Amino acid sequence: MCVPVAHPQSIEQLTALLRDEPKTVLLAGGTDLMVALNHGSQRIGPDELVVSLKEVPELSIIEVDHVQRLLRIGAGVNWDELLGAPVDTLAPCLTQAARTVGSHQIRTAGTIGGNIATASPAGDGVCALVALGAVAVLTSPEGQRRVAVEDVATGPKRSVLANDEFIESIEMPIVDGWQGYSKIGTRNAMVISVAGVAVVLSADSNSCRIALGSVGPTVMLADNASTFAGDSIDWTNKEISADSLERISELVRQVASPIDDHRSTATYRSHSVGVLARRLIERGLQEMRNSI
Amino acid sequence: MSDLGIRESSLTGGLGQSPLRPDGIAKSEGAYEFSSDLSADNMLIGKTLRSPHQHARIVSIDTAPALAITGVHRIITADDVPGKPTYGLISSDQPVFAADVVRYIGEPIAAVVADDEDICARAIEAIEVVYEVLPALADARLAKDPNTPSIHPDGNVIREQNVVTGDLSVVGDVIVEDHYSIGMQDQAFLGLESALAIPDEDRAGVECHVATQWLHEDLGQVAACLDLPTSAVRLVLGGVGGAFGGREDLSLQVHVCLLALATGRPVKMHYSRSESFLGHVHRHPAEIWMRHHATSEGILVKIEAEFVFDGGAYASTSSAVLVNAVTHAQGPYRCENAEVKGIAVRTNNLPCGAMRGFGVVQACFAHERQMDLLAQACGLDPLEIRRRNAMSTGDRLITGQVVESVAPVSEIIEGLSRMPFPEGAGAVEQHPYEMPGGAGNTTRPGDVVRGIGYGLSIKNLMYSEAFDDYSTARCQLRDGIVTLKFATAEVGQGFITIAPQIARSTLGLEEVELDAIDTNVGSAGSTSASRQTWMSGGAVEAACLRVRELVYQHVATTQGTDPLVYAIDGAELVNTSTGDRRPMTEVVVGLEFDEEVEYRHRPTVPLDENGQGDCHTAFAFVGHRAVVDVDIELGLVRVVEMSTVQDVGRALNPLSVTGQIEGGIAQGLGLALMEEIIQRDGRIMNPSFTDYLIPTIADMPPVVAELIEIPDPQAPMGAKGVGEPPTISSTPAVISAVQDAMNTAYGSAPHLRRVPLQPSDVAKTVNAGLGD
Repeated sequence: MCVPVAHPQSIEQLTALLRDEPKTVLLAGGTDLMVALNHGSQRIGPDELVVSLKEVPELSIIEVDHVQRLLRIGAGVNWDELLGAPVDTLAPCLTQAARTVGSHQIRTAGTIGGNIATASPAGDGVCALVALGAVAVLTSPEGQRRVAVEDVATGPKRSVLANDEFIESIEMPIVDGWQGYSKIGTRNAMVISVAGVAVVLSADSNSCRIALGSVGPTVMLADNASTFAGDSIDWTNKEISADSLERISELVRQVASPIDDHRSTATYRSHSVGVLARRLIERGLQEMRNSI
Repeated sequence: MSDLGIRESSLTGGLGQSPLRPDGIAKSEGAYEFSSDLSADNMLIGKTLRSPHQHARIVSIDTAPALAITGVHRIITADDVPGKPTYGLISSDQPVFAADVVRYIGEPIAAVVADDEDICARAIEAIEVVYEVLPALADARLAKDPNTPSIHPDGNVIREQNVVTGDLSVVGDVIVEDHYSIGMQDQAFLGLESALAIPDEDRAGVECHVATQWLHEDLGQVAACLDLPTSAVRLVLGGVGGAFGGREDLSLQVHVCLLALATGRPVKMHYSRSESFLGHVHRHPAEIWMRHHATSEGILVKIEAEFVFDGGAYASTSSAVLVNAVTHAQGPYRCENAEVKGIAVRTNNLPCGAMRGFGVVQACFAHERQMDLLAQACGLDPLEIRRRNAMSTGDRLITGQVVESVAPVSEIIEGLSRMPFPEGAGAVEQHPYEMPGGAGNTTRPGDVVRGIGYGLSIKNLMYSEAFDDYSTARCQLRDGIVTLKFATAEVGQGFITIAPQIARSTLGLEEVELDAIDTNVGSAGSTSASRQTWMSGGAVEAACLRVRELVYQHVATTQGTDPLVYAIDGAELVNTSTGDRRPMTEVVVGLEFDEEVEYRHRPTVPLDENGQGDCHTAFAFVGHRAVVDVDIELGLVRVVEMSTVQDVGRALNPLSVTGQIEGGIAQGLGLALMEEIIQRDGRIMNPSFTDYLIPTIADMPPVVAELIEIPDPQAPMGAKGVGEPPTISSTPAVISAVQDAMNTAYGSAPHLRRVPLQPSDVAKTVNAGLGD
């Protein structure tokens, strides 16, 4: 197959292309698009223009704003780049999520922006970002808007992104505390998430955010469980009772609305997100105690 | 190799050594030409239209809209098959193209040939087929019901075969029974189906380069469908990227030849991964019931079993797979009384056929789970129950056949019991990546329980039931160079490494060349059933021995000696009466010989209605021990180590044997923990490597292998086939180890009865809500 591909060199050129071209298909790492094309589940029509995001330098930034305590990551940053500094120390759950994605080859191609735009409930990076309270910066010819990452996807493969809009960057707070990501797959590497949980424990605000992947139409924030965890953790001693942990598991299972599919069953998914949330909080508090 | 006890003169690349594969470096560097890399000038591309329905009547096919597309050259359907409309390995029941009825999702209906892939894809979509959808038969248990309407003129029962022997009134002091099931495994070879067909200029014949397991079987079937004499069809082996049974049946061979003959141009067809899942047969899903009777000391007194194999829409090798299952139901254990019932049926599911282990995989999973149950019931260690029942050479099988092969089952068990254990869970600091859950970062040492499990098996080698099983090889000696010619499909198993080793050791000459692997020589039989080292190895050895005999005669004539005094030692010719030695390279100067041999194994007979008869040729034995770490709460498994003791007769190439062992164990581990084609209403839900999971390096543990080398007197060079055994009992060993971890943690956990294991099968030990 041979199709024309545009290579904008700046955000300006990219925005102009999206304004002028009636139908565009954005191409970043290609780890979703190329698979869909090869599989025949998607085709590039004669009136469609593929726009490569590879050569837009602004999309590959990683910036640390120490004053605002913000980490800003360009949408074109690939998984491999998320494994190292400064992300590994400032947003370690994102690094852990990146490590679970595909193989080395996939991780050097696939991007964090692509993970959000694809709007899969199994998005590993999305789950970590939601727990971090990250915001996606969306740019279009009309200007910019900021949308909480959990609100970008509206369903499987559906998102709030307009036809002429792209993800420019993702901003997340630098959280003092502990964070972690765990994912279940039926083999030990290179596997689509059957269930995923990210937990961020903030010592700044004595609060907790728990995000769940693959247990609903989109990655979701487990609100009640997060609030209950924040309230029931003894932040001074970094401890929590076994009953509270069990309650968190229960709240997580309640909010999960998974399906049976060829990868797993709904009951196992609910069970496992409950276990993972409990384990992550236990692990986090223990590590926080150890580092006092 | 010296049988003279004189001295060993050095010979490089002979038997017992591990020379590198001739294609090894090219494959590692990505330079090897697989069949999918083939191309020709002026080449067109072919593509297949497949049924979207499990069962439907074809009302009409309109190709006109597709033919109108620029760049489309021809479209062929069942009407364009000039010869036999059907094909098949055992019974010719599968249409080249469905003519009136489609019987599974993915069945070929038409083929398009066009300038390129894209045009093909558009043409396929433009063909208008009107179907009348019929009720689908998807449940194998329903298919055995005589009241179920037949979905094929040959009926729904492909074969029934029982094995009944001894005194069926015997009842054991201890009885264990359960139901087992095995999911549909895919061969998952990396080299997808592909072929290039080049028509003769006058279109009276065709040459087809194809990745296959048996060139001559393909040749016969293809020529019959093309209505051409076999002399007008030449098959050449394209680079094969794995087979594992999945290339025994025809896939695109007839289609691509028809398209080439129809257009008069070279045509290439190659499947995508998702099409490949539809394009070849798979391992049979099986439902098995077994009941074992034993004395209170754990000695088996009777085995009862029932097998139901889902053969899918067409017969393929289902009947032979079934025979393997019922005749191996006892495993490598002595038992005098047995009542085993087996049936292979037709359904509107994907056709099933050969895959590494061929029916024995299914039987072994069930009998090894049963042996564990029996050990538990008798209060015995799992190795002890196996030791007490271990078969040995001279024992009679439930088919009445006496095991004449070397049967070192006790030695295998002793070997396994001597193997040291790896460090216990948590004993060494483990990165989370090395725990169950791997890269998913789910598990910490406190979540893990270690388990140990065993599996043993017996596997028949070569073809059974009176099949005329032979292989042909030709040995030419000229200018001091040995050239070997055979049609043995090299699918990755390493025959192209072994064959020159055989020639070198037999003739004492190091320079050995291989001629092209094609149909310009007699059949080699199939690269399957662990048979090529024995069969084609036997043929190569025999051809080389004849040449050697001619060399001896020549030397004897010129020297005025008796040819019987000569022998080869390393690279030298030895006169055993004088002790004189000459390098073979000098001896053969000016000599030219050319010998072709057909090698046959001993005859076998069909089974009678009670499953009695010497139906198998020979047997090999193997044992596996799995050590696993299990996160029981999440049901995640990490295989820590696999150990194996394998009866190989003689390791002609130790490195190749190791390769077979490690690869086979990976495939067995895959079936245990993850590999399954999931069908819903006959449609594959996971037709890609995204969701059809095969083990990665993070799943595959170190393998500790011990070889038992007792040369088998019946085997050429003493070597048994080694390809299938590693796959067979590794699966139950892994499951047994997971069970052991569950039992260790929770006393008596639910008995594991199905592969592949699902995390919920394990996690339900702690959360009953996850149960069936």
